[in-house]
Amino acid sequence: MAGTNGLAPAAGARVSARGWSWRHAGRLRPAVSELSFDIAPGERVLLLGASGAGKSTLLSGLAGVLGGDEEGDQTGELLVDGRHPAEARGRIGFVLQDPDSQVVLARVGDDVAFGCENLGVPREETWRRVGSALAAVGLDLPLDHPSSSLSGGQKQRLALAGALAMKPGLLLLDEPTANLDPQGVEEVRDAVARALSDWTTTLVVIEHRVSVWRDLVNRVIILDAAGGVLADGDPERVLKVEAVRLAAVGVWVPGIPPALPERRPGTTRAGDALLMAHDLGIGRGRKPRETEAGAGIELSVDAGLATAITGVNGAGKSTLALTLAGLLPPISGSVDATELLAAGIGAHPHAWKSRHLLTRIGTVFQNPEHQFLAGTVRAELAIGPRALGLRQRDIDERVDELLHRLRLDTLAGANPFTLSGGEKRRLSVATVLATAPRLLVLDEPTFGQDSRTWQELVALLAELLNDGSSVVAVTHDADFVDALADVEVRLEPRLSAGAAFLGADAVVMAR
Amino acid sequence: MSVVTPFIAASPIARINPVAKLLAAVTLSVALLLSIDWISAAVALGIEALLLFWAGLSPRMLALRTAPLWVAAPLAGLTTVLYGRDSGATLWQFGFVSVTEGSLTLGVAIALRILAIGLPGIVLFATTDPTDLADGLGQVLRLPARFVLGGLAALRLVGVLIDDWRQLAYARRARGVGDRGRVRRFGGQAFALLVIAVRRGSKLATAMEAKGFGSDIPRTWARPSPFGAREVVLIGIGVAVAAIAISVAVALGSWEFVLA
Repeated sequence: MAGTNGLAPAAGARVSARGWSWRHAGRLRPAVSELSFDIAPGERVLLLGASGAGKSTLLSGLAGVLGGDEEGDQTGELLVDGRHPAEARGRIGFVLQDPDSQVVLARVGDDVAFGCENLGVPREETWRRVGSALAAVGLDLPLDHPSSSLSGGQKQRLALAGALAMKPGLLLLDEPTANLDPQGVEEVRDAVARALSDWTTTLVVIEHRVSVWRDLVNRVIILDAAGGVLADGDPERVLKVEAVRLAAVGVWVPGIPPALPERRPGTTRAGDALLMAHDLGIGRGRKPRETEAGAGIELSVDAGLATAITGVNGAGKSTLALTLAGLLPPISGSVDATELLAAGIGAHPHAWKSRHLLTRIGTVFQNPEHQFLAGTVRAELAIGPRALGLRQRDIDERVDELLHRLRLDTLAGANPFTLSGGEKRRLSVATVLATAPRLLVLDEPTFGQDSRTWQELVALLAELLNDGSSVVAVTHDADFVDALADVEVRLEPRLSAGAAFLGADAVVMAR
Repeated sequence: MSVVTPFIAASPIARINPVAKLLAAVTLSVALLLSIDWISAAVALGIEALLLFWAGLSPRMLALRTAPLWVAAPLAGLTTVLYGRDSGATLWQFGFVSVTEGSLTLGVAIALRILAIGLPGIVLFATTDPTDLADGLGQVLRLPARFVLGGLAALRLVGVLIDDWRQLAYARRARGVGDRGRVRRFGGQAFALLVIAVRRGSKLATAMEAKGFGSDIPRTWARPSPFGAREVVLIGIGVAVAAIAISVAVALGSWEFVLA
């Protein structure tokens, strides 16, 4: 059969949970408690639940990578083919969320072979499986192709190929598409569909965008944040009955669109520009010719308007955002701040002092962890206001207000690195709002966010826009563009005759 | 091109098992560390210079890779000439700086020795792919796979961490703390990178564990790591260069055994 390429396992694995609970060492509450269910060989399960309901913990448990007694306490039973998952290695393939953290080896072929080597598969058989697995996920690359040069979607398909080459009876996918653009999401979903087309392998996938996997699964299990299983059964029925409850905890349910905020147009006058890019060339590094991402870009960022920067991967969207934000110098041409934004410190944002950026341009990075500097959420929020030289009383006031506004009150003493994905995103936005910049630059603010965080974020940005601030956002998220953008700047790659990347053109579209 | 997939031009030496290169370089280094006379170093360096033509590095590549040596060797030599142990006739004196026949000879010997030890090491490793080295260490020298492949996987993270470092620098400027003292900022940023590195590392470890790494099953190796006549010849060359250098020095009476 073309789809399986001889990679089908002898039989799918059977999963059973009997009153299973797991508490991470050092935590008071169990991450998962009192779970009981059976999954028959060949079943395909979509695992849903509120963030914090323990979906990832369950998947790690099934993969046998939760660790031993020093990592946490287990009660009840969680078995794969009647054995403890750690003893069923090789029967289980596991693909995680972050594309950058699961490539093991430098060359594509070697990386796929890695799992087979660890399972003691003979050399000839290993390379036969590597070829089949790469074909199954649609990665048509030479075996010695460097794995570091792959796109996010390709890296995830590589990880999938590595898991398939082990001929697993159970395939576990932990939000494999959360960090990908729409094209990458489709690539990975189609690769899974193709690879599992024989219906032998048991599949368990976590994802909060139901529509991605809806047609590929024949069962939905919803975990209850309070413990146990909330609902379990046929996708059609479960999604219908539980739709409202799921949407309320942040799951993207088809047919329930997120609530959109109200925009008040007309608060700005034509000509209220904050930033003007003229004949702008962008790029990173010291050798512009090697890293140039775009040239001849003309655009204007106006007060009270939202500008979305869109385009395919690698077109230089993030580079453009960092250049507009005054963090990267232009390679050619100029980024000029008008007096409305600069307020007397010169027209070139990249020449401003770091401290001067605070009230003018705030930047929210794609990975929130890159911008965290302090040991607690409260201290994190105080950094900007302190750098501005505000009095302690004013700092406290601002911080309290932000903690409340972004639902971070109960986390004030927590370490930013220990927060959930949605909480980290809210905190990274809050740190920028703490100094009330006129212009907000955000890089993929909605990547991997559940619908609840998404709605909060969009509402917050709409409020800022209504108050006269400006927003520039790099995004792949069509819903986000529809909800907020007044102007869309689309970066379109310019390719040579041999399809080599030469740079990008910016096409400005009013919406 | 990245840390783990360097560009390596095809050449006879690039095809030799990295373990043989490692053994040849170690043999030569140990032999040359046994004495501090200039004759043995000069002889070794002379033969190495002739052999370099077969290494397959372009002149530009050779100059780039060995650049640190050409700075380090003369500097170390000069330091020894000026401040080294004095003996023999004094040639020049200025305060506590003195140049004597003894310190001059010693300086030359040290500069030559750094070149003679460093040159083959750098050339042999500039023609080595890290993945091939790990395969060799695991299959030929039978070092534990956990150690060898763990190290290789960590090396792959270096490229990702370089990108993290840039992002951290941009973020510090954006957060208003980019004007602070350079040293303090560097310290804070380095610590942040460490935290991120540990997190990336533990995720990678989980991914490796999920692929059966570290289990009790005896591991197979997908890539062969052949060790045959070519490899033996290369190690033989290393031994021969060391032997010739030592013999000439002993014959001319300049050999000074450092452990004696």
